[in-house]
Amino acid sequence: MAQGTGTVEAVPVGGGAPPPHRSGESPPQVLHGRRSWRQALRKDWRLYTFLVLPVLFFVIFKYLPMAGNIIAFRRFRPGSSVFGDEWVGFYYFEMFIQNQQFWTVFWNTVILGLLTLAICFPLPIVLALMLNELRSRRFKKIVQTISYLPHFMSIVIVAGLVLQITSVPGTVNQIVTAFGGDAVAFMQQPDWFRTIYVSSEVWQTVGWGTILYLAALTTIDDQLYEASRIDGANRWQQTWHITLPGIRPTMMVLLILNIGSFMAVGFEKVLLLQNPLIYSTGDVISTYLYRVGIQSAQFSYGTAIGLFEALIGLVLVLTANFASRRLVGASLW
Amino acid sequence: MVIETPTPDLAAVRTEPSTIRESTGYRTFRVANVVVLLVVCAVTLYPFVNLVAKAFSSEGFIAAGEVNVLPRGFNLETFKVVLGDSLFWTNYRNTVVYTVVGTVISMALTTTFAYALSRRELKGRTFFIGIAVFTMFFSGGLIPNYILVADLLGMRNSMWAIVVPTAISVFNLLVMKSFFENFPTELEEAAAIDGLTTYGIFFRIVLPLSKAVLATMTLFYAVSQWNSWFSAFLYLDQKEMFPVTVYLRNLIAAATNPGVGSGAAEAVQIGANIQSVTMLLTVLPIICFYPFIQRYFVSGVMLGSVKG
Repeated sequence: MAQGTGTVEAVPVGGGAPPPHRSGESPPQVLHGRRSWRQALRKDWRLYTFLVLPVLFFVIFKYLPMAGNIIAFRRFRPGSSVFGDEWVGFYYFEMFIQNQQFWTVFWNTVILGLLTLAICFPLPIVLALMLNELRSRRFKKIVQTISYLPHFMSIVIVAGLVLQITSVPGTVNQIVTAFGGDAVAFMQQPDWFRTIYVSSEVWQTVGWGTILYLAALTTIDDQLYEASRIDGANRWQQTWHITLPGIRPTMMVLLILNIGSFMAVGFEKVLLLQNPLIYSTGDVISTYLYRVGIQSAQFSYGTAIGLFEALIGLVLVLTANFASRRLVGASLW
Repeated sequence: MVIETPTPDLAAVRTEPSTIRESTGYRTFRVANVVVLLVVCAVTLYPFVNLVAKAFSSEGFIAAGEVNVLPRGFNLETFKVVLGDSLFWTNYRNTVVYTVVGTVISMALTTTFAYALSRRELKGRTFFIGIAVFTMFFSGGLIPNYILVADLLGMRNSMWAIVVPTAISVFNLLVMKSFFENFPTELEEAAAIDGLTTYGIFFRIVLPLSKAVLATMTLFYAVSQWNSWFSAFLYLDQKEMFPVTVYLRNLIAAATNPGVGSGAAEAVQIGANIQSVTMLLTVLPIICFYPFIQRYFVSGVMLGSVKG
């Protein structure tokens, strides 16, 4: 099938524009482009029936909630209109902007997000390069199989494993006491939360994260390595000047995607790991929103926070995409 | 040779100067590389080994911090307790039901949508792709979703709240779309000439020839539904309806949250063994199937990433 000559388009985002080498099929497209909607519907109505349910799904479950964000600007009373009762402007936004606790969770989110990005983004690249240096295909296969495994675990399981290993009689404390230290109740100490969270992210995501890079590595032309070897380049220079530039488009796309999901930092995992004793570092915007919005039923206030968070995410991904396109010519769309 | 090529051609070997040998530095690197990767494997597997050890140990040894790789004070009682809990079985059955129903719905919607989007003659194609892709970067947020599902649609305490709102994953949709785009058009054209309608082409030509991608996507959806817990946690109040992940979550929360009930320290100790057993029983199906299905997942990700 289509492989070998393939360029890595990275994650299939922004699928609208087909890659240039498929332009061979363009003539019918031009023809279709001019058709009126009535003609299109008459000729392809069966195809359009395929669209009905999925589009309905997107409208109801994706776009209706987006419209529902309107209650961030309206007073919402449970049992009354689902779109709120009366306009209150930016009342709820001012409410959280003036709230000290909001800023605590905001900075917790930023710090946790940055730490995760700084550590969990580069490690898969390193691991992929290391796997790529292996000669034994068998050993490579085994390492891959093992390192992908945590990806398939439910977050509930991951959180359970983390809590057990960091518990007072857990493995980490067994090591600490073996070296003469005192056992620490890690999950009750705010200082440890970030380390534990990021470590568990590394454990769960790094192996699986290598897949796209390994795919990209196979598309690098072997002749480049041959030529560089004749020019006297050593392994390190080859890695630096051929391998890394070769996987750069993949790196950029994944970086942009990571930046886009940066504010949402593993909501489910944080929710499962945190407890009131470690809120000072372990509470993030999404978990705070869950507590005030769902548990305390302050729907409008929670929605305002959620909208704020989503907008930051959107701005981040657009900015990163724009910057990447300008600087290295790789982008999502 | 430094670079391994699958089929080393003779010319290349001949022109290769015999002086090209591995430098000592590179040999050291290779050894270190293997060692580091072995450590990575050990660290990745350790939590599971520890889990199994704890599941078969006595609570006393766990609480004393003496269980790591091997079970201490071999104990099967807890398995009997957990397996004897009818709620556990009810919740386990729920997980199976939700996974099957959710996967069927997801596949039906994703396949038809992806196929339609892959057809170039579809007028408004860019627009329809756009409405899907946009939701990857902006979404309605937790509370509007909650109001919609729980209040507006009245799905609280119903299976539909768990399986429907997450039915289409845009990532999977795009992977499938790019697969269908690479489908040889000649086949479909020939079928159309033979008088098959779009439905006929889709069900009798395209789907039977897409078994590999369909299997991959089914597995993607099934695993994510099997592992999911938050929708159930959010929308279900009745214990009998929980999936096993929520059962497990409640067990862990009850055992580890300080200040919940009296004798919290004791609860942690008792919990550790029961938790391990429950966790083990929950991951068991995935661990058992994993070696066989792993390659489908990898190929699924590749499908989406490498276009040629």
